[in-house]
Amino acid sequence: MSPDKMIRMANQIATFFKTQPGEDAPAKVAAHISDFWEPRMRAQLHDHVATGGAGLDALVIAADARIARPRERA
Amino acid sequence: MKDFIIPDDRDMGTPAKTGKPVTLTIDGFEVTVPEGTSVLRAAAEIGIQIPKLCASDNLEAFGSCRLCAVEIEGRRGTPASCTTPVLPGMVVDTNSAKVRKIRKGVMELYISDHPLDCLTCSANGDCELQDMAGAVGLRDVRYKAPEHGGMANHFAARNTSGEANPEWLPKDDSNPYFSYDPSKCIVCNRCVRACEEVQGTFALTIAGRGFDSRVSAGGAGDDFLSSDCVSCGACVQACPTATLQEKSIIEMGTPDRSVVTTCAYCGVGCSFKAELQGDDLVRMVPYKHGKANRGHSCVKGRFAYGYANHRDRILNPMIRDTIDQPWREVSWDEALSFAANRLRGLQQTYGKKSIGVITSSRCTNEETYLVQKLTRAVFGNNNTDTCARVCHSPTGYGLGQTFGTSAGTQDFDSVEQTDVVIVIGANPTDGHPVFASRLKKRLRAGAKLIVIDPRRIDLVKSAHIQAAHHLALTPGTNVAVVTALAHVIVTEGLMDEAFIRERCDWDEFQVYAEFVSDARHSPEATQLLTGVPAGELRAAARTFARGGNGAIYYGLGVTEHSQGSTTVMGIANLAMLTGNIGRPGVGVNPLRGQNNVQGSCDMGSFPHELPGYRHVKLSEAREIFETTWGVEIDPEPGLRIPNMLDAAVEGSFKGLYCQGEDILQSDPDTKHVAAGLAAMDCVIVHDLFLNETANYAHVFLPGSTFLEKDGTFTNAERRINRVRRVMAPKNGYADWEVTQLLANAMGAGWAYTHPSQIMDEIAATTPSFAGVDYALLEEKGSVQWPCNQAHPDGTPLMHVDGFVRGKGRFIVTEYVATDEKTGPRFPLLLTTGRILSQYNVGAQTRRTDNVVWHEADVLEIHPHDAENRGLNDGDWVRLASRSGETTLRAKLTDRVSPGVVYTTFHHPDTQANVITTDYSDWATNCPEYKVTAVQVSLSNGPTDWQEDYAAQATRARRILPAAE
Repeated sequence: MSPDKMIRMANQIATFFKTQPGEDAPAKVAAHISDFWEPRMRAQLHDHVATGGAGLDALVIAADARIARPRERA
Repeated sequence: MKDFIIPDDRDMGTPAKTGKPVTLTIDGFEVTVPEGTSVLRAAAEIGIQIPKLCASDNLEAFGSCRLCAVEIEGRRGTPASCTTPVLPGMVVDTNSAKVRKIRKGVMELYISDHPLDCLTCSANGDCELQDMAGAVGLRDVRYKAPEHGGMANHFAARNTSGEANPEWLPKDDSNPYFSYDPSKCIVCNRCVRACEEVQGTFALTIAGRGFDSRVSAGGAGDDFLSSDCVSCGACVQACPTATLQEKSIIEMGTPDRSVVTTCAYCGVGCSFKAELQGDDLVRMVPYKHGKANRGHSCVKGRFAYGYANHRDRILNPMIRDTIDQPWREVSWDEALSFAANRLRGLQQTYGKKSIGVITSSRCTNEETYLVQKLTRAVFGNNNTDTCARVCHSPTGYGLGQTFGTSAGTQDFDSVEQTDVVIVIGANPTDGHPVFASRLKKRLRAGAKLIVIDPRRIDLVKSAHIQAAHHLALTPGTNVAVVTALAHVIVTEGLMDEAFIRERCDWDEFQVYAEFVSDARHSPEATQLLTGVPAGELRAAARTFARGGNGAIYYGLGVTEHSQGSTTVMGIANLAMLTGNIGRPGVGVNPLRGQNNVQGSCDMGSFPHELPGYRHVKLSEAREIFETTWGVEIDPEPGLRIPNMLDAAVEGSFKGLYCQGEDILQSDPDTKHVAAGLAAMDCVIVHDLFLNETANYAHVFLPGSTFLEKDGTFTNAERRINRVRRVMAPKNGYADWEVTQLLANAMGAGWAYTHPSQIMDEIAATTPSFAGVDYALLEEKGSVQWPCNQAHPDGTPLMHVDGFVRGKGRFIVTEYVATDEKTGPRFPLLLTTGRILSQYNVGAQTRRTDNVVWHEADVLEIHPHDAENRGLNDGDWVRLASRSGETTLRAKLTDRVSPGVVYTTFHHPDTQANVITTDYSDWATNCPEYKVTAVQVSLSNGPTDWQEDYAAQATRARRILPAAE
């Protein structure tokens, strides 16, 4: 998908979890994205973070390491 | 053919009552009935049918025909048994010589003003007047018009001298589905009462007095079509004569058999008797034992079935190499092997995950289950999604987070015990009309209503109902309004603390209470943003919190927003705050859009969930299906519909099997959808018609209608209703058979021979369906899931003794403005919806006479905004957003507020979704249909886009003549 769209979707998720109580917002963002984003989308997000993550909310970048890496199967 | 045996379907005369038992004697037989029951009904309970004309068990007793007169020991006169309640020890004689003589006299008077053309009358064989004349033994009529006097009847157009009879009125054939013939009317008032009591529209009345009394639709000068009549047909069903009669009966005659089945339109899931001659459908009559509809229907379910025989229906499979070619009709074998080879070829070239499916929320549970099984077990991925993506996916997420299940909490009967109702983001009189009638009945009995909607929907004020509060919020501010309601409830101490302590997580509640108590959530702080006056919002919050049983009903005006899931959580918070969960009359009630959208979600249509809402990452859930299906299941979530289209544009998603869903018309941002479809190499459309999506398809597999197959639909109450085949599939196969053929063409080796076997597989793999099989459905008529060992009779009410997740969870709901904002270029907000006579993309209803009520989408605009733009009512206007533009006619109305415009998406030549954007709910990707910044201006005619679209559609729909 277009980078802008991916960035907006990731930032929307971060925006919600930022409002939630508790210290574990990066884990919650990572869990949500791992549960609902297809591997291609997660890979695109990882790649974007790896190249600087322009436009992404800091919380998304903080969550990235905990987002499940796509499990590739034959 | 093994037909379902229809249970006792007699008209018991007056409605059932509940009360303490009363014992009386009727014709020497003792009978015990609830207090308040009429003598007429008590007699019917023991099989004694007292003659009657004006009584019907779906209407309150009226006592006008006097045919049901009886004698009661110790009482003077001959009281009407319909209006006489039973008393203990009462001794009734229903057939004394005296009452027999009275009845014969009554009938003689009726017949003296009724034509005697029984043999050629359209009600012949289905006429209560005829039956009653027989029952009382009427043999002659002594009353005649005076020889030299004026006419004294209503049925002869001219007298014997050829002079016009001023009492005679011509037939009113203005309604496309039924006719009104005043000459056959006996003024029993049943139609008028049905319009009032059952439907709640009050379109009919009796005009005139005495001999001049006439059934009249609307005001003077109106006919049925121009009146307020919504064509629900309750009056036609109530009419004991040929006065109000289905045109199909007039044309075809009376049916000779009937089959109970379930409507294939909205999520109410009404039960109907399909009445047939051979395999020709004569009429649909709402089934009185149907637990969702209790004998009522709307114009769509009762009348709009003609699409099943429409000439546009495609009955042969078709293929083409590329979408610029015309279609070629081929055999099923050729179409299926073409499709299978293409799909497998795509997987070889582009990978296993390069293809997927969209299941249909219009097809049966069994069909949907097979389509998701196709992708999971045969394609080997989880790329399955369904129309719920674009409607109620936030319900699944929001209620799952707060309550532990996406299930709506109540049955529809629950509304009869509610005291205060919030309707938010739903327009039930148009979208869920039979539920609306049941709600309006309760409102007329005194329940209070709070409407939260940008538009002044009919529920805000219509005949004999009025909302206590209408919070006409700015589109996109639901979360702010719902949180402000909670603010008032918490800060004014109106919450149900005992309930919260017992049933919810108290610590989370503390955090939540602190959050909502903040002054920034007060109605005073949010009113500039939401447009809702603070005083009105406070009053609404107090009404809801203090009003007794409080129920919340909501629709797509809640879910189809950037914060759709957050609003659903906010609604769940409100219900928990006020203790309105777990008993009749309360609850959180999502009004589902399509007939089986609940079922399609239950059946594992979502890319992250196996049937029964179990995430694909859970190995214990996967194992159940891996064992049953003998395949390995991908543990990764698949693509959602918008993601599929994005991946298609990028080139990694190449093939789609789309069953019974028209994403090009129904999904947002049409240009993007078209680009995604155009980028695929194998689009398989399985549908009744060459829908809009089929313009981009390579394979067309003809579908079957709900009349042509067996299966089940699950309605908004989680009620699993049987769909019964009443005729053979015109295309040759039921849809589940077509999916099986495709799967087998790809090597699946499936061998289902009846949908009941598919349901058995669902029950074996899905705990909430463990107790469901066709035998149970035959026995009980319907059942609400969960239905298993713990709930063998199903579950009418959820969360009775505790939430599914244990403790109910309050979730903080911070308002976040959508990115879709008005500005100088696009200063107005467009919100979209639907109307009564059309359904979804209109593929079915546009192919019926329902088009007389809505032949085109129109743009509702406030007169103030229209004046600023120089627009008059009926002008062609251009509607533009950053996504696209279209043209349609303007309708000036103050139902919308200044700054807000509204339209429907029922017609592809308007294609409202070319305007909507790709913004979506943060949690689920449910599109933000309800908020688009737009501009409206005068137009000369169709936009270039509309003309290009129409030209492409025409080209894409060419079909080569079949080869000899």
